Amino acid sequence: MLKIAKKNKKRDRLNISESVFRKILYLAGICMIVIIFTIFLTLLVKSLPAFRTLGVHFLYGKTWDPVSSEFGSISFLVGTLITSFLSLIISIPFSLSISIFLGEYFREGMASSLIKSSMELLAGIPSVIYGFCGIFILVPVVRAIEMKLGITPMGVGIFTASIVLSIMVIPYSASLGREVIQLVPSELKEAAFSLGATRYEVIRKVVLPYARSGIFAGILLSLGRALGETMAVTMVIGNMNAIPKNIFSPSNTMASVIANEFMEASPGSLHLSSLVAVGLLLFVVTAVVNIIGKYIIKKLSVEI
Amino acid sequence: MESTVLKIEEFYAYFGDHCVLNNVSLSIPRNKVTAVMGPSGCGKTTLIRCINRMHELIPGTRVSGKIFLLDEDVYATSPIIVRRKIGMVFQRPNPFPTMSIYDNVIAGYKLNGIRLAKSELGRIVEESLRKSALWNEVKDVLHRKGTFLSGGQQQRLCLARALAMNPEIILLDEPTSSLDPKSTSHIEELITQLENDVTIIIVTHNTAQAARISDFTAFMYLGEMIEFGPTERMFTVPQDKRTEEYLTGKFG
Amino acid sequence: MKSGIGFRVAKDVIFRGMIILFSILSGIPLIVILYFIVKNGISSINWEFIVNLPKPVGEIGGGVSNAIIGTFILIIISSIISVPIGLSAGIYLSENRRGKIPYIVRLCVETLQGIPSIVIGIIAYAWIVVPMKSPSALSGGVALGIMMLPVIIRTTEETLKLIPISLREASLALGVPYFRTILRVVLPAGLSGIITGILLSIARITGETAPLLFTAFGSNFMNLNVFKPIASLPLVIFNYATSPYNEWISLAWGASFVLVVLALGLNLIAKLVARKWKVQF
Repeated sequence: MLKIAKKNKKRDRLNISESVFRKILYLAGICMIVIIFTIFLTLLVKSLPAFRTLGVHFLYGKTWDPVSSEFGSISFLVGTLITSFLSLIISIPFSLSISIFLGEYFREGMASSLIKSSMELLAGIPSVIYGFCGIFILVPVVRAIEMKLGITPMGVGIFTASIVLSIMVIPYSASLGREVIQLVPSELKEAAFSLGATRYEVIRKVVLPYARSGIFAGILLSLGRALGETMAVTMVIGNMNAIPKNIFSPSNTMASVIANEFMEASPGSLHLSSLVAVGLLLFVVTAVVNIIGKYIIKKLSVEI
Repeated sequence: MESTVLKIEEFYAYFGDHCVLNNVSLSIPRNKVTAVMGPSGCGKTTLIRCINRMHELIPGTRVSGKIFLLDEDVYATSPIIVRRKIGMVFQRPNPFPTMSIYDNVIAGYKLNGIRLAKSELGRIVEESLRKSALWNEVKDVLHRKGTFLSGGQQQRLCLARALAMNPEIILLDEPTSSLDPKSTSHIEELITQLENDVTIIIVTHNTAQAARISDFTAFMYLGEMIEFGPTERMFTVPQDKRTEEYLTGKFG
Repeated sequence: MKSGIGFRVAKDVIFRGMIILFSILSGIPLIVILYFIVKNGISSINWEFIVNLPKPVGEIGGGVSNAIIGTFILIIISSIISVPIGLSAGIYLSENRRGKIPYIVRLCVETLQGIPSIVIGIIAYAWIVVPMKSPSALSGGVALGIMMLPVIIRTTEETLKLIPISLREASLALGVPYFRTILRVVLPAGLSGIITGILLSIARITGETAPLLFTAFGSNFMNLNVFKPIASLPLVIFNYATSPYNEWISLAWGASFVLVVLALGLNLIAKLVARKWKVQF
């Protein structure tokens, strides 16, 4: 009798452990959903004062002046988009070359390991260090260029920020691009070679089209990184709250204005609420870019 | 008259709406080797997975009917207890890769938190490895990981692991289909030696193997139990036409 | 008039040359950065640098000891927050491949990964700094922990997905209950991948500055109290690099050297763990 009771007790304990375990796992999953919703809600709630006071003017106003309580964020949106897309344009030839280098020409060997390692190292360097090096290495160079061109030699600005950004995002599109290029079936390439095509022609007409969705995904990854990048940009963009006039103008991005002004804004003020609103805007822009990108990737994927 | 260790009565099993076992009834004699054979998809693997209640781990499955292990209703007891009384060896050897050979053999105790004296554990390890004819090959390397062994040795390790729990029945799901001929014959030798200690049910698609090692054979087709009887009789004078056709290679 | 063979071959050679050229060019920034960091950083590093607290401008002998300790404290706090939740969520996703809730969870994890780090800083500010009415190491740890979650969850899920079902079946067939099967068979088999994921996520947040700007905030003092502001290497670099004082700028180079060694070192260890501890099936 006792043995059966003991057995039942053990079975009940096991059953309880079992269901507790499953519940914990489930809760951890739900936790992620809760976190995302709370993030979105927090941004919304804290930026509501700004939207209520400023209205839609917040989105297209050109002036951002804490002193006169004017908060129009269009210059930051412009600054973010220009620097991000410019950095993409600069980086794509390099990252694509590396993808082809590692995926086609040098899949193994010392050259391959060298380039692969340098990509990993580039990706591992913290962004504040990119900014630091940007200030002391790149800015003097840009200043010299500006002097030659007869522009006010500030050294900081959209151009400098875009170059720093482009170096930072190369590893992301390069590694993803390499993976998809390596996955192109050799039968397809051999068919092209057997028809007398040169390596260049095979890459251009067979490999790249096949891998295009993956290459685009890599570019999208880089874009996402560039949009949200804060420190390196803040340190070399010049911190001017105005729409940039030309490529050498100092400016601000959504991320950099938050980094610069958040601690100076008094808690509960319109200034702070507007900054949170800029954060919400950044969140939305990044999310939208990701969604559009995923849609395009789906469309570009080769039906096997 | 042999005693019955396992009684399957009017058993049905479903994958969703698809019926994979259709009114199967079978009595497994104790301490004998029973082979379950049939063409692919006949339900033989599903049948043995229902015996140790592994089938229900797949979502969307359903069973009805009764299975009695000695006098216990398998589906009325906790599956954990059932699985400790019925051991299983799978098609591809699956020793635990993070455990040593020693730990693999007593894994059933370790993982269940059953504490035994070290000397007792050592005795179980040696006895189980001797029974699966692996002791001499590994007695000096018990601390090494199980994955360093060859396929045939790994399968014997899995057999030792199942034997260590002292089960009533051992279910073998096509245990030699991934092994080379030499390892296969080793395992077949083992099976015939083991039947004094434990009842063996072996699923096989290899009729020659069934003929070699089993005392009783069950033939299944399309989820139904077609025929069951002593192996010698099944292979010489099968009662059912379908059995005869399968044995002569007309299908399967 | 078909393209001459010579012309096509020439294009091929030029293309290959350009690919190699561009690839090498991409490595140049890396060499430049590492060169400057090593050259300027090493000269700043001495015993005082590691052991001393920052001194006011004009005084020599300042150090970054509080930042080094602070960085480690932040790593510990953020790991305590993110590892249990991240592991559990990762196991949940690998055990529940299909279904509506897992799908939504995966979507949320992906979204979280894409959120810019400064926005996470705003969130930690709103959740913790505001109620506490003060910046703190805790809020910084929370921000960094949130950033670690997606990496840990993804690598845990991917690692566990690679473990063959036969392992689970072997354990279940021995009568081992489900939760023990996961904890004592599946997780140990995937340990190297999981630890690699955790190390990589730590490497990632070690260099993060933006989320700390208004949470941990930085400090000139040695602080072991998690409810107060705390210094950290990236914050020190940011503040000193943008200052006009030469002593501070050389401190920033030294701190950069330490930070780079830390971040790249963690990456290296993660890779070694992945290779050495890999479990064969």
